[in-house]
Amino acid sequence: MKESFRQCMAWLHTWTGLIAGWVMFFVFVTGTAGYFQVEIGRWMRPEVPMRVAQVFADKGPLVEVALNRLEQVAPLAASWSITLPHYSIVSRDWQGLSIRWEEMPPAHSKRGASGSEQLDPITGAVITPARPRATAGGFGLYLMHYQLRYLHTDVAIRIVGVCAMLMLLAIVTGVITHKKIFKEFFTLRFGKGARSWLDAHTVIAVLGLPFFLVITYTGLSSSFLDLMPAAVNVSYGAGEPGRQAFLDEYLPRDMHRLAIARPTLPLVPLIQQAELEWGGGRVRMLSIEHLEEERPQVILHRVQGGNVDHDDAPHMRFDASTGERLASSPPDHLTRKTERVLMALHEGRFADTWTRWLYFVSGVLGCGLIGTGLVLWIVKRRRQHLATSNARVWESVGLRLVERLNVGTIAGLPLAIAAYFWANRLLSVELANRASREFDALFAVWLLAFCYAFLRPLHRAWIELLWAVCVAFALLPVINALTTSRHLAGSLAQGDWVMAGVDITLWALALAFGLIALKVQRRLTPGKAAASGSRVSADVERNGA
Amino acid sequence: MTGVSYRWSVASRVAAAVFGGYGLTSAATVLLSLILPLSKANAVATASMLSFALYTLVIIWAFSARSATRAWVWIVGTTAMLGALCYVIERGAT
Repeated sequence: MKESFRQCMAWLHTWTGLIAGWVMFFVFVTGTAGYFQVEIGRWMRPEVPMRVAQVFADKGPLVEVALNRLEQVAPLAASWSITLPHYSIVSRDWQGLSIRWEEMPPAHSKRGASGSEQLDPITGAVITPARPRATAGGFGLYLMHYQLRYLHTDVAIRIVGVCAMLMLLAIVTGVITHKKIFKEFFTLRFGKGARSWLDAHTVIAVLGLPFFLVITYTGLSSSFLDLMPAAVNVSYGAGEPGRQAFLDEYLPRDMHRLAIARPTLPLVPLIQQAELEWGGGRVRMLSIEHLEEERPQVILHRVQGGNVDHDDAPHMRFDASTGERLASSPPDHLTRKTERVLMALHEGRFADTWTRWLYFVSGVLGCGLIGTGLVLWIVKRRRQHLATSNARVWESVGLRLVERLNVGTIAGLPLAIAAYFWANRLLSVELANRASREFDALFAVWLLAFCYAFLRPLHRAWIELLWAVCVAFALLPVINALTTSRHLAGSLAQGDWVMAGVDITLWALALAFGLIALKVQRRLTPGKAAASGSRVSADVERNGA
Repeated sequence: MTGVSYRWSVASRVAAAVFGGYGLTSAATVLLSLILPLSKANAVATASMLSFALYTLVIIWAFSARSATRAWVWIVGTTAMLGALCYVIERGAT
């Protein structure tokens, strides 16, 4: 088939990359936005005011009002928990005083009805949550990176799974193909047509290689129940029952629980004991439960953070009647812990602000890797295609199709994402199914961008769509200022770095797309490109029609 | 090779790598889940999480085989062997 192993790997790299390219571009763009899902979510719900730090040295009154309310709202419960005011790295926000309960499960059921409430820490009054506009926010973008949209989740996960597997292959074969990849890293040649595209592709690949490998692999391994169910099927049976049987055994089982009662013991000394070990204000949550064959317990949980496995924050157990310290629950099995760490690495939920930005930049590099790869495929083939005059018709149709799909994806998708933000600000707040309409706006604009890419001359489509992306992002902070009271100047004055950060990032994106548009315009404008004979790609990329 | 037979050999190899490779990887994952010295659920999870690395290697191997036919023979043969091993271990365990 192919002469040498490396040529064969180059072939595999080319074709796996092309087939997976467009879907993975979508996955990387929405997934990268997902690293800021909390921040985008807050920008998209401007009705919710910024939360401010609440620090209470004396936890006694807080616990008192919380217990009073729990006794009133859920007298017969399987568990109560009280979240104390703290800063959460997972929700990236200040958390106020809140309570959560689970009622006793009905017969033949594992879980009972649960509920939660925010409480005023001073008066104990129930706080009615703000009613923001209906939006899926940044979480919606994040969900789309593996659930896509308008498809059944099972189907979507398999499509993304197949493409992620092709991406993993493309990464591994890419490294094999360019065995001098690290040496070539230092030979970036600008303005040299196909060579420059290859250099850009290589530089991005080397910069982000650990990230791309980890993200792709952890994405696959976290969906093994859907993508590689053979071992589960053989050991636990096929289909949903087998899957459930596996999960019941794999995940820590809920022991049978008994109804709890308000502890007679004062809880403040327990909090003080925990704070002595963890530091002041580091108790995140108290929960009260009574497992069968054990004594009623009060469990104190530390705030999350400080390790990748952020779900595994330390806890302390106490006997709810005597206050005696009990042994902590045994740590999870290494397999489960490994799986959680792989997932945490994928999602970056443990990340502080700077690590989060590193994730975001790496994600953007991923988009660049796929984008340059897709363009490179065309640049290389167009040259060969032009060199052979007797090329077949379907080959030239294929080339046309790929180059149009490239424009529609690489320039069209960012425009569609901008449309999602526009829809958030411009759709009427009372609109029915408003959250879905925001997604519809995204896909309607994307579809239009594809039509545009197919109807315009190729180089015009590239230039005009890229400028449209630039303008669309640049106007977003302006539209935000015109339609809400949360404009950039106000956010900055208030010290609201989330609202301000999203506005500024939107402008930074506009700037980046403006620079790309300018660069593409210089290279693809016929008059200028003809002046330089060395610019093969400019001639090559220019519209062949 | 002529154009048509070349295309057939590529298609055959792709099928061997994708479908044959998936079958081989599944068989190997099941075998690994049966022999890993862990509790059943943990062995199944560990083997399944490792399977994607294995699938990658199998695909690369299928593409570097000397011919598509050789790739098929090796993949089907290995899958059958692994399947038989799984069967023997399952029978032995019960």
